[in-house]
Amino acid sequence: MKKAKLATLWLDGCSGCHMSILDIDEAIAAVAQKADIVYGPLVDAQEFPEDVDVTIVEGAVSNQDDYEKIKFVRERTRLLVALGDCAVTSNVPAMRNSIPVKKLLERIYVQGVDEKPRIPTDGVPTLLKRAVPLQEVVKVDLFVPGCPPPASAIGYVLGELLDGRMPDLGTKVKFG
Amino acid sequence: MKKITIDAVTRIEGHAKISIRLDDSGQVASTQLHITQVRGFEKFTEGRPYYEMPSITARICGICPVSHLLASSKACDAIMSVRIPETAALLREVLHCGQFVQSHALSFFHLSSPDLLLGFDSDPARRNVLGVLEKFPDIARDGIALRKFGQQVIEGLAKERIHPSWTVPGGVNAPLDPAVRDKILAGLPDAKAIVRRTLKFFKGVLDQFKEEIDHFGNAPSMYAGLVDAAGKLQLYDGGIRFKDAEGKIVADHIPASDYQKFIGEASLSNSYLKAPYYKPIGFPDGVYRVGPLGRLNVAKSCGTPQADVEFTEYHQRLGKIVPSSFHFHYARLIEALYGLERMEALLNDPAVLGKKIRAHAGVNCLDGVGMIEAPRGILIHHYKVNEEGAITWANLIVATGHNNLAINRSIEQVARHFINGKHLQEGMLNRVSAIVRAYDPCFSCSTHASGQVALHIQLLGPEGAVLDELRSE
Repeated sequence: MKKAKLATLWLDGCSGCHMSILDIDEAIAAVAQKADIVYGPLVDAQEFPEDVDVTIVEGAVSNQDDYEKIKFVRERTRLLVALGDCAVTSNVPAMRNSIPVKKLLERIYVQGVDEKPRIPTDGVPTLLKRAVPLQEVVKVDLFVPGCPPPASAIGYVLGELLDGRMPDLGTKVKFG
Repeated sequence: MKKITIDAVTRIEGHAKISIRLDDSGQVASTQLHITQVRGFEKFTEGRPYYEMPSITARICGICPVSHLLASSKACDAIMSVRIPETAALLREVLHCGQFVQSHALSFFHLSSPDLLLGFDSDPARRNVLGVLEKFPDIARDGIALRKFGQQVIEGLAKERIHPSWTVPGGVNAPLDPAVRDKILAGLPDAKAIVRRTLKFFKGVLDQFKEEIDHFGNAPSMYAGLVDAAGKLQLYDGGIRFKDAEGKIVADHIPASDYQKFIGEASLSNSYLKAPYYKPIGFPDGVYRVGPLGRLNVAKSCGTPQADVEFTEYHQRLGKIVPSSFHFHYARLIEALYGLERMEALLNDPAVLGKKIRAHAGVNCLDGVGMIEAPRGILIHHYKVNEEGAITWANLIVATGHNNLAINRSIEQVARHFINGKHLQEGMLNRVSAIVRAYDPCFSCSTHASGQVALHIQLLGPEGAVLDELRSE
């Protein structure tokens, strides 16, 4: 049987959702039987490939790079999963949303230093005015909330998707 | 002048890119590391009750949430002006040891072992933990089992593996179940055997990496880490020791409350990651390294039997001061052994099962600093509050930040040695990424942001035309 193409993407999150993926422990070997991980922070993919079957996305959309990346990834992905509260609701990254970006950056890089007060601009992406959840930018096919979602739920989601079924999460996940 | 951009470095924890400028002869002229995310925890936490800080700041990082929980809880302990019960201090340190084991396992096995086992120049499509699982199943399974053990320690104590809410201002919120203690103790021999096997294997292959060892950030710098009163390695408590490049102690037993006298922070124009520096020397020359390499360079010993045997051999092989950043890996494995042994000693202390686990108090001090050794180095949380306990100001100096200047210098050294601008090869660029990996940087933590570093290197002609290109993004 042809292996599925599985990708993971890490936008503005803490990596806790990716760690919860790794918390399926030995079951990662079973996933590797059914799918190749073709892109993500755990592998050295050259670029986001075409025709990806499933992309699991952690994190909110917070800066220009995130925005462009999620648009690009959506075009190349059959089934997009929002993994965790930041992807689903924008959660912690959105805690800055009431503060003007300039004020936020000045606090950190101008008032918050002893030397060289300056806001970085060279080679770094611009922050969006607000950190937003994935579905404000692209269509999301499956929402898996949690901070992070438990490994058991992630294992179930992966198992179902890789067997060609849409998972019914029911009470397996909760926010927070 | 030509420019190469590595848009995203893979198998590290965070979003970063690297620019490499080449001169007309194709030699590396300069390099820059850009950390590309910022979240603003120091600003958006203003106005929140101080006791929310552990749970909020844990969300800085999903790899070492326990570090932030502990540093934050310690800052809150200081605001409450309490000395936490003995049992609570023991339990927090056990939790911390669990985290060191899982985080060091992740760094070595899941992120860096593909370079070491499959080769820096191997097929990038297979150069990952699943590739290791295929070719070296025993080693990969050891790595998965060791990380799992560390995570199970955290889960056993704190009920959740990631972002638990068990660590609170004043202590912890539930005592240790004796059955959990016994289960952890029963798992320790296997976990120690894994680390010992891995150390043996790693020492056996060191000679294959002579060129990398010589050029992976092999340059003098200062070093910093926490030590106890006797100068031994200390992860949960202790004061900062700074050593110079020759190994002379230049500042010692600096308490958390004095950090600002010794550590300054500077903004960089090209990175969201600020650059801490050793204040008495100043910016940008006050470069020091933290994390496993820094800790084992400043400490007199580890303080546990098996780790000390390894510590002695490490310094006999490599010198009193170990300067190559390649050896972060070696030091990390020794620390994993220390974490397991230390955990065992703590769990065998009868006081660990005590029921007095939390001190209760309100705001007794308007300023509090919490400091610990996170897996990647010294972590400082500093809060100011008003009389009602609302945060008025916060500063976080995170492990990877301390290494910012050193990582930049190391990237330049690796790039100068391995990159031939006349013809780019993926393996050259993977080595530039690999030096970043050796530091096990957590850019999630350090910019209180997150992400992934993929690789996009462009070779640009003087007019900006793309002459050659490599991508991993």
